[in-house]
Amino acid sequence: MFKDMMPSFELFMPSDLDNAVQLAKSSGDGGWCMAGGNDSLDWFKDRNKRPVAVIDLTGIESLKGIRETADGIEIGALTTLTEIENNPVILEKFSLLASAAGRVASPQIRNSGTIGGNICQDTRCWYYRAGLDCYRAGGETCYADTPEGMNREHCLFAADRCVAVSPSDTAPALVALDASMVVMNSDGEKIYKAEEFFIGPDIDITRMTVLKKGDILTAIRIPNTWAGATFYFEKVADRNSWDFALVNVAAAMKLNGDVIEDIRIATGGVQCVPKRLTVVEEVVRGSARNEETAKLAGKSASRGATPLNYNHFKIPLLENLVMRAIRDA
Amino acid sequence: MSGKLPTKDMVLGSGTDAAGKSEITTDLMIGISRFGASRRDFIKGIIATGASVSAGFMLSGCSQESAQTTSSNAATAPAPGGVERLISLNVNGEVRRVDVLPNETLAMTLRYKLGLTGTKLGCDRGECGACTVLIDDVALYSCSTLTHSVRGRSVTTIEGLQGPDGALHPVQQAFVDELGPQCGFCTPGQVMAAVALLKVNPKPTREDARKAMSGNLCRCGAYDNYLNSVMRAVAQA
Repeated sequence: MFKDMMPSFELFMPSDLDNAVQLAKSSGDGGWCMAGGNDSLDWFKDRNKRPVAVIDLTGIESLKGIRETADGIEIGALTTLTEIENNPVILEKFSLLASAAGRVASPQIRNSGTIGGNICQDTRCWYYRAGLDCYRAGGETCYADTPEGMNREHCLFAADRCVAVSPSDTAPALVALDASMVVMNSDGEKIYKAEEFFIGPDIDITRMTVLKKGDILTAIRIPNTWAGATFYFEKVADRNSWDFALVNVAAAMKLNGDVIEDIRIATGGVQCVPKRLTVVEEVVRGSARNEETAKLAGKSASRGATPLNYNHFKIPLLENLVMRAIRDA
Repeated sequence: MSGKLPTKDMVLGSGTDAAGKSEITTDLMIGISRFGASRRDFIKGIIATGASVSAGFMLSGCSQESAQTTSSNAATAPAPGGVERLISLNVNGEVRRVDVLPNETLAMTLRYKLGLTGTKLGCDRGECGACTVLIDDVALYSCSTLTHSVRGRSVTTIEGLQGPDGALHPVQQAFVDELGPQCGFCTPGQVMAAVALLKVNPKPTREDARKAMSGNLCRCGAYDNYLNSVMRAVAQA
């Protein structure tokens, strides 16, 4: 009965970060850092990724927890989504992130899934996940971006050979909150703004984030800039549980009366990275928060969208979600 | 369950009879009937004793083949710093010693090495909830948890809910009273999710319960019945 389990690997369970960084470096291309395991085990069970060494990070206590800092908060990358959903500090200052974390997958997955894993997770394009030799897998074709390809869940914007999308719900929230990601490797620590952390095919078509083998995301920092702002998060998916977003939207607004003084709005499920809707921000900044502004915001969100054969519905969906974000927040 | 689990001696026989034939068969039959053990108990006894006697027999397939075909001896000895294979797991309040491969999921260990087949495999990829167990009272998918990562934590399966005298857990009783399940296959997972909910929130609303159970699918569509059962458990508490 064990004939159908995942391929063998060495399992390392370091209890401190330095050990983990060393292991990640020494295992090189054959290494795989794993947090909750919800993404990793899918790959292993399908046998489409076969690392030699799996480095389980869940024993590293220093990577867990939510701490207030002088100018914001710092969230350990190995903090579970359930913890984030229920954390009093996050609920008080950055409830946008709590809402987003609470809509990820299912309760059991949120109990083991981590925020680091959620933002670093690989895309869900079924052709890519099936192990086919597409561009993202290092090959020279795309199976989704074809007349017959099943691409209802794929992108609207910035297709560059690959049309897969960013699947994370917390990533757009972190972009809207102006978060930074702390990455550690054997050369030391580096900090990336959220918008730099997620990368597109112009940088490297085989990766969703800046992380390479040997890198470990250790923490996410959120500045107080948008603390206590007016937030809106909505995720639309085929089912109310489990499913990845067809489109999601995360918005933070600073209101002065009914005037939108400042706004950050980002969307997932429409591009290979969480897309910051700078056009919407410019259109809406300084305007009164009313039906007219909301509708205009929605229309401006879909500017530049080039739908694929089966994902036209994402255009009105995106427009409506952005409209709601302005009007109903 | 009535009767004792058969012991290794009882199963493997204590010797041969006068004709030189092994007494295994006779002992087996006597063992089953004398101690009132059911066939289910018997098989569980084999699994429980077999695991510590020769873990090798359970491991045909991937790992042993790969040990022969790759240069790393991953399947037989840990690399420096790699995990030790023989570990102690705290399952349902008991310490169980078990040989665990690095790539073994908790569902596999529970079902095939510890004889705890109450935890079901529906999809084996974290998409159905049938394998739900409690780790330190938190509901997780055992199919998506490497067994090594739960060393040192308490694992509770459906088998661990009943009271010491065999009385059903209040949630189980409520599921029975309210006729929650239909075919029963998703039921262990549903029960574990409900138990996890009530540990955190003993007085949930129906909406709270719906959200808490949203990680468990039911192909029979008994969702409403399960919610009624959970609300009954809440009311009866």
